[in-house]
Amino acid sequence: MSFPLLTATAVLPAIGAIATAAVPAAQRTAAKWLALLVSLATLALAITILVRFDPDGGRYQLTESHSWIADFGVRYELGVDGIAVALIALTALLMPFIILAGWHDADPLETGSRRWRPTQGFFALILAVEAMVIISFEATDVFLFYIFFEAMLIPMYFLIGGFGDRAHEHGEEAASTQRSYAAVKFLLYNLIGGLIMLAAVIGLYVVAGNFSLQEIAQARANGSLHMATSTERWLFLGFFFAFAVKAPLWPLHTWLPNAMQESTAPVAVLITAVVDKVGTFAMLRFCLQLFPEASKWATPVILVLALISIVYGALLAVGQRDIKRLVAYASISHFGFIILGIFAMTSQGQSGATLYMVNHGISTAALMLVAGFLISRRGSRLIADYGGVQKVAPVLAGTFLIGGLATLSLPGLAPFVSEFLVLVGTFTRYPAVGIIATFGIVLAALYTLVLYQRTMTGPVKQEVSAMPDLRVRELVVVAPLIVLLIFLGVYPKPVTDIVNPAVKSTLSDVHKKDPKPSVEAAK
Amino acid sequence: MENLIALLVAAPLLGAAVLLCGGRRLDAVGHWIGTVLAFVSFAFGVILFADLLGKDAEHRTLMQHLFSWVPVEGFQADVTFRLDQLSMTFVLLITGVGSLIHLYSVGYMEHDERRRRFFGYLNLFLAAMLLLVVADNYLLLYVGWEGVGLASYLLIGFWQHKPSAATAAKKAFLVNRVGDMGLSIAIMLMFTTFGTFAFGPVLDGVGDTSEGKLTAIGLMLLLAACGKSAQVPLQSWLGDAMEGPTPVSALIHAATMVTAGVYLIVRSGAIFNAAPDAQLAVTVVGAVTLLFGAIVGCAKDDIKKALAGSTMSQIGYMILAAGLGPIGYVFAIMHLVTHGFFKAGLFLGAGSVMHGMNDEVDMRKYGGLRKYMPVTFITFGLGYLAIIGFPGLSGFFSKDKIIEAAFAKGGTEGWILGGAALLGAAITAFYMTRVMLMTFFGEERWRNQPTRSPEAPSAEPVAEHHGEHAEPHPHESPKVMTIPMILLAVGSVFGGAFFSIGDRFLHWLEPVTGHSEGDSPVSAATVTGATMVCLIIGVGIAYAMYGRRPVPAVAPRGSLLTRAARRDLLQDDFNHVVLVRGGEHLTRSLVYVDHTLVDGVVNGTAASVGGLSGRMRRLQNGFARSYAVSMFGGAAVLVAATLLMRAV
Repeated sequence: MSFPLLTATAVLPAIGAIATAAVPAAQRTAAKWLALLVSLATLALAITILVRFDPDGGRYQLTESHSWIADFGVRYELGVDGIAVALIALTALLMPFIILAGWHDADPLETGSRRWRPTQGFFALILAVEAMVIISFEATDVFLFYIFFEAMLIPMYFLIGGFGDRAHEHGEEAASTQRSYAAVKFLLYNLIGGLIMLAAVIGLYVVAGNFSLQEIAQARANGSLHMATSTERWLFLGFFFAFAVKAPLWPLHTWLPNAMQESTAPVAVLITAVVDKVGTFAMLRFCLQLFPEASKWATPVILVLALISIVYGALLAVGQRDIKRLVAYASISHFGFIILGIFAMTSQGQSGATLYMVNHGISTAALMLVAGFLISRRGSRLIADYGGVQKVAPVLAGTFLIGGLATLSLPGLAPFVSEFLVLVGTFTRYPAVGIIATFGIVLAALYTLVLYQRTMTGPVKQEVSAMPDLRVRELVVVAPLIVLLIFLGVYPKPVTDIVNPAVKSTLSDVHKKDPKPSVEAAK
Repeated sequence: MENLIALLVAAPLLGAAVLLCGGRRLDAVGHWIGTVLAFVSFAFGVILFADLLGKDAEHRTLMQHLFSWVPVEGFQADVTFRLDQLSMTFVLLITGVGSLIHLYSVGYMEHDERRRRFFGYLNLFLAAMLLLVVADNYLLLYVGWEGVGLASYLLIGFWQHKPSAATAAKKAFLVNRVGDMGLSIAIMLMFTTFGTFAFGPVLDGVGDTSEGKLTAIGLMLLLAACGKSAQVPLQSWLGDAMEGPTPVSALIHAATMVTAGVYLIVRSGAIFNAAPDAQLAVTVVGAVTLLFGAIVGCAKDDIKKALAGSTMSQIGYMILAAGLGPIGYVFAIMHLVTHGFFKAGLFLGAGSVMHGMNDEVDMRKYGGLRKYMPVTFITFGLGYLAIIGFPGLSGFFSKDKIIEAAFAKGGTEGWILGGAALLGAAITAFYMTRVMLMTFFGEERWRNQPTRSPEAPSAEPVAEHHGEHAEPHPHESPKVMTIPMILLAVGSVFGGAFFSIGDRFLHWLEPVTGHSEGDSPVSAATVTGATMVCLIIGVGIAYAMYGRRPVPAVAPRGSLLTRAARRDLLQDDFNHVVLVRGGEHLTRSLVYVDHTLVDGVVNGTAASVGGLSGRMRRLQNGFARSYAVSMFGGAAVLVAATLLMRAV
């Protein structure tokens, strides 16, 4: 038996989480270093997956399969296609930066504060989330996926509720209340989504008799497993609802601004750049493969919801007064693009959507982490509390601008490629939808540049006049992300080469072909 | 030889990277690094030009394939460069004028503590603009297109601590983004129509597709051009863009970037040729803008804003010519090049005047400066003669050809467009004479009064170093600034004649753009005569108003039109009321809706379904309780799962 690489990649951060939690209370720094090393080792394993994966090989590679709950046909089945490989790489890549950016986020508060901040717990929870996210990307057994899809709510809940921003206008007491509210809202939204999905998972078992994604998809494809139209639609809706909460899609999005606003910047990145990606990923992997007909049936409604997300999220971002809420609404707009790309059901749309997931992870991490550095300096999340930062901290302002430019998909930076692919892929099948989505690029420029103008330019505000520029640790976090944004903007081929074959198989699952160019069609 | 094309772009890109990442260590030499790399790029351009000239006219195209950029099933975007006569013309203009302006900036920005960064941005601009003109497909062009927009944003807002500069920069970017929507949609339309957006297959494949599609593509390209080239209705950003340092206004907002729209239309000539409706729209936009800009230019007392109005107007001429099809393409580009010389020269001259006048921009506080700044006066004067179309100078040749071509369109349209172009020539003569007289002639109105009145702060904060309330001591600028001005003046004087004698420019560009003579109802001599009459009328009126009478220190109230023109013909007011205010109301009400309605309804639904509302409220009360309930929640999922599994 070969080395179980996929299991190892998920288990390593899990063991790391336990080990980090077990570090004695006095050894805070050791716990941080341990967590960082574990995340780096996980990254090394993820890179190994990337190297071992053959884009032109079989659909699922590095597979592992063991019997688990034999009575119910639940198996421990792992396997990755190109889409999963790209997202595992993204997750493992972002983790060290998240840990490094949050280096001091869980330090004990000044003496006199009532609240206890378990440093070890913070980093252990982050690693636990990483482990669960990675195994969700790897699982090809529906039940196995479901367990970790739900289980990751628990560490996320504690991360949001237990480790908020120190910055709060109404003092620690109010902050604590709002934090709990945000954490509970996050949990309830996702739990309800999860419960509905659970019903659908069980329904699927009743119909199919097992939980194996590959077996069911194959049986669906060759006709040996017939589903009544209405059954398929109900099951699809059950799955999709959970993923739409997680992604999140309008109108199920309101937990995200609360959660991102209240948690520390690195945790906010963890939510939007990593955990939410499981939702969009699962739409591609489970909804389309298991329920191709129902997916096509639901497409018009989903496209409209995605469009609303794009425009509505962007407009709401324009109206925000809180930096982190602004980024949250921008993300909602971007998730609209990802979902649009998935359900446009074209090669460009789905390759673009997958690439979008990767690029959005990197660009949001860059923007949000710098925003976090900014907020930690001034102790406020309100845009109006800043002004003229560019003059006192030019490097911070410069990196913030690059993060912002990536968020507005400036050509030359990575998100442009994916956003344009999504737009083109949508336009070829639904021109009107593509055109409306294009308005998103104007609105994105509006909220990004207004944010930059209000915080960074103008006369230097008294309160920011002594603000230090980025420190070495912070530069180590931001610089590689910016390099990646530029690199993948100029040369996205390494990612598209991995993703393209997987997209091709997904499209053949739903029996969709790309529309032909009209010149060719006429001939 | 092809490999030089990449180096052409790489040299300034390297400069930008080094200067922007280099840190303070490079402060002492940064400006020279930037300037040298600009000249290096120019040298590559000249070598490539010599190489092209050595080939016969039909084979003057160099292609360089670098790598496959975005390979996705059915979608192929490559990083491929194409250097043909059209791109070559732009490369020489961009690197030539660009290098001179780098040199000028060494002197102009001498006292700015962020000079290194300024040169980094200028180099970034050069790289992006070169990419724009050598790209071989529309998507790569888009990268350059946005790259110049970014550089423009950074440079307009270079003095970011001034709120007006930061606002102007943001406005420029946003208005351009509206144009970018047009470019995006045009590329998407090309992709669905041709399956590609590379120049070759798209422009060769025009014959196989319907006119409706081509018209749609053409109109979207026009929208893009309107944004970048400040054409009506997307012109409103250009006047505000004058907040940037004057060398930026000269290079980006006069000579090169704003002409990118003309490049786009001429490059896509095959599409427009097959879509007469789109062409008509282009000519209308051009004609309206050339009058719009000229009228605005007449009313401005800020020397840079007057020149900005003029830029809009002159680009209007180019767009008009580009809309005329093969009759006009060559002349659009020819006017673009000569305009690059004389308008860059005029802006540098304006900068030199400001440099000597404590950065005052209000022409009402100038006067009689010819004695104090002889070089600036002569070079500016030559630029002035060139732009109004004084016989023998650059503008005379290039503008005259456009007016002729407009008449040659034939029919009523020809008369209207030709008439508009003639009228524009008269107004151009008027406002430029006004600028000339108010600045260099007449009383020395700057005596005995401090410049920089508080209600009209000047654009250049450098003044802070000079003591802002002293009486200005006008003086000539240093050589590093005057030499570029002199060289541009030489271009303004001789460029037009050099291009036109023996139809050199026509023969050079024709293989790319095509050319036809059209069918003019009036002879070329008549057009030239009429243009001369217009010129004399315009100069005469301006002389009567500003030369013979003293210029009042405070602007008179003026007619309704004058007052409207001072406010950019009210477009900003319209934008403010409709877009800014309307937008604010929309976003504010949406924030409210999201908070109460969407959140409320979703929470409410969930609550009524799950009976969770009470729990939800209680959960907010304390950390410990929510802790417990969520533990319960997590456990409940697992228990429920197990139970349900057993039931199955």
